[in-house]
Order: sequence, then structure tokens, then C-alpha cells
Amino acid sequence: MDYRFESPASVTTRLRGVDYLSDEAIAGVVFLADRLGKPILVEGPAGTGKTQLGKSVAEILGARLIRLQCYEGLDESKALYEWNYKKQLLRIQAERNNESTWEDIETDIFSDEFLLTRPLLEAITSDEPVVLLIDEVDRVEVETEALLLEILSDYQVSIPELGTIEAKQIPMVFLTSNNTRELSEALKRRCLFLHIDYPDMEREKEIVLTKVPEITDNLADQVTRIVRSIRQLELKKSPSVSETIDWARTLLLLGVDTITEAEAIETLNILLKYQSDITRATKEFSADTNQRRPGVPRTS
Amino acid sequence: MTPSDAPVAESPMLELLTGFIVELRAAGLPVSLTENLDAMQAITHIPLEDRDAFKYALAATLVKNNSHWRAFETVFEVYFSLRGKQYSLGGDALDLPDTDDDDDAQANPDAAGAGAGGGGGEAMSPEQMAEMLFQALKQGDNAMMRALARQAVTRFAGMEPGRPVGGTYYLYRTLRNLDLDSILQRLMDESNDDAPEPMSPLEERLERDEFENRIDKLKKEIEAEIRRRLVADRGVEAMAKTLRKPLPEDVDFMHASREELLGLRKAMYPLTRKLAVRLARKRRHGRKGPLDFRATVRKSLSYGGVPADPQFRYPRPAKPEIFVIADISGSVAAFARFTLQLVYAISGQFSRVRSFVFIDGLDEVTRFFEGVEDISDAIHRVNTEADVVWVDGHSDYGHAFEVFWEKYGREVGPKTTVIILGDARNNYHASQSWVISEINKKSRHLYWLNPEPRAYWDTGDSIVGEYGAHCDGIYECRNLRQLEKFVDILE
Repeated sequence: MDYRFESPASVTTRLRGVDYLSDEAIAGVVFLADRLGKPILVEGPAGTGKTQLGKSVAEILGARLIRLQCYEGLDESKALYEWNYKKQLLRIQAERNNESTWEDIETDIFSDEFLLTRPLLEAITSDEPVVLLIDEVDRVEVETEALLLEILSDYQVSIPELGTIEAKQIPMVFLTSNNTRELSEALKRRCLFLHIDYPDMEREKEIVLTKVPEITDNLADQVTRIVRSIRQLELKKSPSVSETIDWARTLLLLGVDTITEAEAIETLNILLKYQSDITRATKEFSADTNQRRPGVPRTS
Repeated sequence: MTPSDAPVAESPMLELLTGFIVELRAAGLPVSLTENLDAMQAITHIPLEDRDAFKYALAATLVKNNSHWRAFETVFEVYFSLRGKQYSLGGDALDLPDTDDDDDAQANPDAAGAGAGGGGGEAMSPEQMAEMLFQALKQGDNAMMRALARQAVTRFAGMEPGRPVGGTYYLYRTLRNLDLDSILQRLMDESNDDAPEPMSPLEERLERDEFENRIDKLKKEIEAEIRRRLVADRGVEAMAKTLRKPLPEDVDFMHASREELLGLRKAMYPLTRKLAVRLARKRRHGRKGPLDFRATVRKSLSYGGVPADPQFRYPRPAKPEIFVIADISGSVAAFARFTLQLVYAISGQFSRVRSFVFIDGLDEVTRFFEGVEDISDAIHRVNTEADVVWVDGHSDYGHAFEVFWEKYGREVGPKTTVIILGDARNNYHASQSWVISEINKKSRHLYWLNPEPRAYWDTGDSIVGEYGAHCDGIYECRNLRQLEKFVDILE
């Protein structure tokens, strides 16, 4: 089988080409997933580009993106396949006057023609290259997770009436999780694990510069440094990368060159979404920094 | 592909990897056989000399939980750290930064050259060294910092072969000599002077964060350097064993160090979110609601009017009311704090949470938590303001329970779940276990959580067995993992 990427470095370069700035871990895991033919389970805080990774990989491969958004109550008929029973009924009624036997009809109505494919089945039966994105897999119940296991390990789907349908080509599969519950061991075992955390300052600055091209280098630097400081506080919800970008855009619209305290505090509500977090950050920023801050321990 | 097919099989690499995985399991990571095989296969696709790619390949296949990452990293550093005679403790052979350390290869050549000068300078005085360190930190020169870290360890740690002292001791010695606090102060003063106009608090803060970040990096370098030398001295297995630390979810509440407590607090938030989702979900799916007539008729139309697929309403069972009664005397305070924090963090899942704390007297502390966004603040107030001492400030469960029954016993009803936290070490006072029995009769559930290992129960002055006889359940709750398991049965 042909591999999609030659090296982790080429993954980085190609992702950069579609404005997705990866780091070594991301590039390494994407590369391995291709080589080993394994799905990637992407986990991490909200707004760090988990879903975007799947989309970007699809883009650089020129593959079709098939997305399965998970939610509570997702079942077989929404994820895998469903029989088009209305059509089956019609077929049976149409046959009523004919002489054909029950066996004929039965083999007939349980054929491809009456099968409605859902995202998972569609991904493996597709002829063209696809990237399968199973989004927020932690939202489904543990029992439903089992639906995914067969397709993730063997790239096949068993349909009792038809037999087993095997994949024509092995798609790249991304599963994302916000970690609202522990995923089952069985699922984790089948995947490569990738944790995407908040990026370090340099990478975040690059991201801001890429996504907000009009911004000055100086402002981007300040933005990311302030965000880094905020993330060190003990907050309910730290600002995500997308919030950083929103903030940078806002500051740009306001025509800010250098961020002063007042401006930072006024626009904090873009970065932070809980009143208690905003209060805390405001307090931190206006406080006299010569005192040692609580919450950030120094070991020496 | 099996490991024996892999090209690495014949090399000592396989042996090293096997040891590595055994050590990971010993550290508590659940590495299955398939994952082991995946790792072996993964590294055949990675150029082995690329240490970072190698590390990520192993991580992606072996570590499936982010809270295990630290443990993985430690073991990885021990097993696959760079080796060579320059790390041996015997000779004072100083190393140049451009030896086989591949990290250095990526640094810019100028900086590496400068570092070489610093690394080689054995005649350097401590003042010169402090100056160089200051400059390196000021400019954020990574190669230089790395070289200086090595130098500092050689000079200050006083490492001797075979000396049975942990790495933290050497780290402490090195850091004490470097006096990074005053360097930070100097860095701040200097950038204050350099600034064209006085820095605003915000600017100052950002500047300080930047320097602190660099100093942290330096500390990590020093730590890594000490570890490398210790590995060279003691061998991989012994070193891995001394560095082994429990995973955050296995840290014992009663014996956690300051650093571990901090880790616990960080692990807490995602856990509470997880639990809240789980409880909410369980409440909805636990049973079916009553028949939804309208929806059933609507659905029956697609079956030609036959109600083949009955629809049910969303079940909305009543939320329980929770009473937490916690012992906050010294020995179990940390445990009480975590449990209170956890219960309040998921209080949205209960109709009401009331909390009581005691040592030998008892006080209701619900008021501290009401309308407060920040639970740790509230807990701090509980510890300082609650009126819990009656006579001498030694635990007296019997008296505390009596007070509870007298003052609040009437408010325990059939919807109430009572959770008692404590080690039941009663200092040989009267047990008054009739209170527990009465509470159990009136309440929906009564649980006792004990932070002591089960083996210690009912030894000495612990009378948990006597109380436990009247409870619906009594649980050993020494770490987050056990606490999480307990919350699951609350409904």
C-alpha cells in the first residue's frame, strides 16, 4: 500500500500549507497513523484545533471529509446503516401480483439497493480517498462505542443480512474527545493517542500571525504573552486558541497597538467566559506584581 | 507484524524496550499486549536517531491518558536518556555542548559556540558563572543555559558515585548555590531600568512571567542533567525505581506532599466535569419515564396507525439532597477538603447540598459555599472560620454526632443522602452510634468514607466498624480513583 506521507517533517510542511501549524507530536502521530493504518484519538481542551486537524488533513490529502457528529442517543441506524424499509414495503407490495416466491423477494429487498449508508459505512465503501472524522466521541454512551470497534480495528462492517463489507481502502480516521468521560479501554487500545494541549507561546504567536495576517508582530507577541499569563491562573476555563484569535481580531478592530491594562481588562470577556474568572484575572492584572502571586508555586 | 519480525529485534533496543514497558506498568500505566506490539511496530517506521519522533511514537501507542504523561516522560528520560562517559561521576571531564546531544544540533551554531566557551571554563569563578547565567537568562539563550546547567551540576551538586541520595537532594544543592531568586530580581530590576518609561504593572508582570518561564526551563535542564548522571552511576532499573511516583489518581490523600496536592487539585477539575456529565446522564437514562401518548400516536402514523413504537417521556426523577458531615481535624483535613470540593463542584446534580464540619464540636458551613464561585476560597473559610472546637480540639465523633442530631436531625428526610467523612478515630470517647442508626432510618442513604487503608480500620481508637454497622455502605477512599468510584453510586 502506498503511504501518504514520507516523514513527520513532510506532514508539518504540508499542514502548514493549509494554515494549520502542527508541532512535533501532532506531525509524528499523523505520520504514524498513516504508516500503521490506525485511527487517531485526539483529546484535549476545547478550542485547540482537534476537529480542525481532521479537516486540514483531509484538505492536504485532497480527500473527502466524512464527518460523524456524535451525540447522546446516536445509534446504529444513524452511524452505520439502515434498511430503507419504506422502499422495501413498496417492493413487496409491487411483487404481490407477480408469481415470484418469497425467497426471491427476500434476497431482493436485502440488497445494496435498499441499504441506506450512514457515515461509517460510507467511509469504508467509498472509492475515492476519504478522511473519517468522528467528532466528540465522548458524547455517546459506552454501549454505543461498541459500534465503532469493528470499523476501527478491521475497517469492516458486518451486516447480518448481507455479510461483511470490507473497506476498499483504509481511510484516515480521527476521533475527537473533550474528555467528559473516560472512553472504554477497548476503544483506546485500537487508537493512537494524541493529546493536543494549549500551544506554547511561540507556536501560538505563529498561529495568531497566520490567522490574523493584518496584525503586527509586536501586538501578536503581547497578545500571546498575556494569554500565557492568564493560563497560569487557576481558572474554570482557560482561554482557548480560538479565543486568543478572537481577542487578537478584536484588538485589531479597536486599533490597539500596544495593550495597556485598561484595554486588557475591558476586553477580557472575549478571552474568559465565566464572571469569576474575569474577576480573578482583573484582580491579578491590576495587582501589584512585586508581591509573589499565590497559586504559582516556586520550588526553590 | 510481530516484534520478532521487526528489524530492531536483534538489537539491544528490544531488550531496552521490554524493560521500559515493564517499568511503565510498574508505574501504574495500563499497557496492554496489543499496545506493546503497536509500539514495537511503530518504532520501525521512525528513524531511531530522531529522539523526539521516537518519544512521540512510543507515547502515542503506550499512553492513552493525558494524566499519565508525566509518569511516561520520567520513565522515558531514564531509559532513553543520552549516555556517554561525560556523564559519569568519577572523572571531572567537562563536556562541550556540541557532543552527541542532538538537541544541540538544532540550536543555532553561534549560540552553541558561545556555550562551548562557557562549558569549558573550569577556571571560571562563581561570580563569572552567575554573570553568564544572568546573561543567558536575559537573552533566553537555550544552548547557553543548557551548558551552564551542566556546569552548575558539576560544580555545586557534589555528586559522588554510589552515594545513596535521591536526585532531589542534588537538585536542592545546585539550586541553592545558584540563587535563582536573586537573579530573577536582578533581571526584573534591569529590565525596569532599560525600559524608556516606568513599566506598568501589566508589562512588569509579562516580563516576570517570561523570565520565570526561562528559569523553569533552566531548572528542568538541571534536573535532567542530574538524572542523566544518576542513571549513568546507578543503572537504569534502580533509577527508574527511585523515581517512580504514584499517578495523580493514586496519590494518597493523607500522605500527599505539597507538590502532589497541587497535582491533585489540577486533576480535580476535569474529574468533576466528568462526574457531573456522568451523573446527569445516568439520571436521564436510568429508567424510562411515563408513556408519551401524543408522541406515540404521532409515531404510529408511519406504521399505518398501529402504535408499534411506544414513545416515553424524558424521565425526570427528583434530585437527591446531600448532607456532607466531615471531620476536619488535622489528619484527615486534606481528604475532607477534596471531598467537599468535589461534592460542591457537582452540586448542580443535587437539589441541595448542605455541609457540616466537626472536630469535637460541629458547625454548619453551607453558608460559606452559597453564592460563591470559587470553591477553594470557601474551603479556606471553612478551615479558618467554622466553629468546630468544643473542648480540646481532638476528634470526638460521638459528641459531634449528638450535636448534629439535636440541631439538624429533624431536617434529615427520605430524600436526603448523608455522607460522613472521617477515619472514626474517636480518641476513646463515647461513640454515640445510636445517632448513626437513627440517621440511617430517616435518610434515603447513609454512606461513610474512610481515608484510611482498610487494614487499619478498627485498630487503636478507630471504631469505624461500630459506625459502619449502621451505614448503607462504608468505603475506603484514599485517592481520587476511589473517590470517583464512590460518586458514581450517588443518586
